[in-house]
Amino acid sequence: MSLAEFFHMGGYAFYVWGSYGIAFIVLLLNLFLPQYQHRQQLRKLTRRHKQMEQNT
Amino acid sequence: MNELSLTRALYALLKRDLLLAVRRRSELANPILFFVLITTLFPLGIGADAKLLQSIAPGIIWVAALLAALLSLDHLFRSDFEDGTLEQLLLSAHPVSLLVITKVLAHWLITGLPLLIVSPLLALLLGLPADMVGVLMLSLLLGTPVLSLIGAIGVALTVGLRRSGVILSLLVLPLYVPVLIFASNAVDTAMSGMPVTGQLAMLAALLVLSLTLAPLATAAALRMSLS
Amino acid sequence: MIMKFLHKLASPPHFYRLVGRLIPWLGGLCLLLLLAGLYGGLVLAPADYQQGEGFRIIYVHVPSAWMSLFIYMVMAGAGAIGLIWRIKLAEVMTISSAPIGAAFTFLALVTGSLWGKPMWGTYWVWDARLTSELILLFLYLGIMALYGAIEDKRTASRAIAILALVGVVNIPIIHYSVEWWNTLHQGPTVTKFDKPSIHLSMLIPLLLMAVGFKLYYVVTLLMRARNELLVRERNSRWVAEMVTGK
Repeated sequence: MSLAEFFHMGGYAFYVWGSYGIAFIVLLLNLFLPQYQHRQQLRKLTRRHKQMEQNT
Repeated sequence: MNELSLTRALYALLKRDLLLAVRRRSELANPILFFVLITTLFPLGIGADAKLLQSIAPGIIWVAALLAALLSLDHLFRSDFEDGTLEQLLLSAHPVSLLVITKVLAHWLITGLPLLIVSPLLALLLGLPADMVGVLMLSLLLGTPVLSLIGAIGVALTVGLRRSGVILSLLVLPLYVPVLIFASNAVDTAMSGMPVTGQLAMLAALLVLSLTLAPLATAAALRMSLS
Repeated sequence: MIMKFLHKLASPPHFYRLVGRLIPWLGGLCLLLLLAGLYGGLVLAPADYQQGEGFRIIYVHVPSAWMSLFIYMVMAGAGAIGLIWRIKLAEVMTISSAPIGAAFTFLALVTGSLWGKPMWGTYWVWDARLTSELILLFLYLGIMALYGAIEDKRTASRAIAILALVGVVNIPIIHYSVEWWNTLHQGPTVTKFDKPSIHLSMLIPLLLMAVGFKLYYVVTLLMRARNELLVRERNSRWVAEMVTGK
């Protein structure tokens, strides 16, 4: 099987690669969103607790 | 102070809810008006082809009934929640799920039963054969209480929210799917001259199931909303 | 012994730390499984004799559809545990599952209709499986909307737990009613994704993908659970000590 044939998927390229592409994007988003929120949250909490420490 | 017995308490609750509904007559009439209005919109949108209308009449009537039931749900606990009656009910010595059933019964008498009564008129408007009206009413008789019972869970979950309309429909409508399927199909099947005992039996089963389980969930949800 | 271990695990700071160490390992394993599954599914498996290369969509579609139901069950189970024993961790797991489950349901829908276009000729057919998947998506969205609408997050957790349990009772009913409706209105559609005795070289990648997706769920669930814990425990001692570095 040549590489071109592989990408052609017997004429179903759009549907097969479309499915995999969307799956890839959704799963990746689902992975990075929590990661990003986690960093944001940590940053926010650090600021808050530092401030609280200074006030006491 | 004498403790009310359970049956008397339930009866008093039923009577109170019905009385309140009679006093607020517009709330009583709105779901019916809505039901009739939606059904009349369909021929205007689709065209007056009698055959087409007849074939989709069961679906139209049932979808309209679903929406009318949804629209009326909010009254089930809202005003009682706002004036604190609900809290009193939860504090009473009687099992909450029975109180819930009573309230749902009152609600069904106020909103579900009228739908049943005007449904022959709608069947007429959509050109449903006269001998199908019986099946339609039977499906409504078995189906609309299920709508009220399932809806009660949704209302109990959202009664504490300020704007609950959209969320309520998002919670409740997917759960209405089996009722819609079996009920409108019962009428559909009857029109093609086949027996409908199977569909009606399924509706009855749904009614029994929701009658046993939904009040428990509603009671839990009410406790959550009031905590 | 076990109870003691579980009890310790369920304490938020311990969970947070342990899971933080676990995530990279699980993520690595998940990636390996998915890559192996993809290689097996896209390259090694022979083309289907009826559907040609188009059948390769099942390697995302079927595991996604499985996950969409599986996650709902896990969510309802965690909800029940949280509801009965008021375990914070279970409450956190309940809400953290919802978006992941919704994502998989969405994927099952999209890949299903992408598969349907060449097979049925249209993107959407009111096929029983697609229809119940769509309703399942609404159930997930309802849970997320309800959680978002209630201010107090512990109350919100109880609310969605009740809703998830109601959903669990309803899902089989919805599923069978839709299936029944479908056979009545359409007649049997072209065989869906099920197997005319599926070949082993097709099956193994499918199982690899399924296990990979499960692990992916675990990883993202733990990540979301950590975030949720941080938010809920933002005023607690251990969070303060952690972020200020003491």
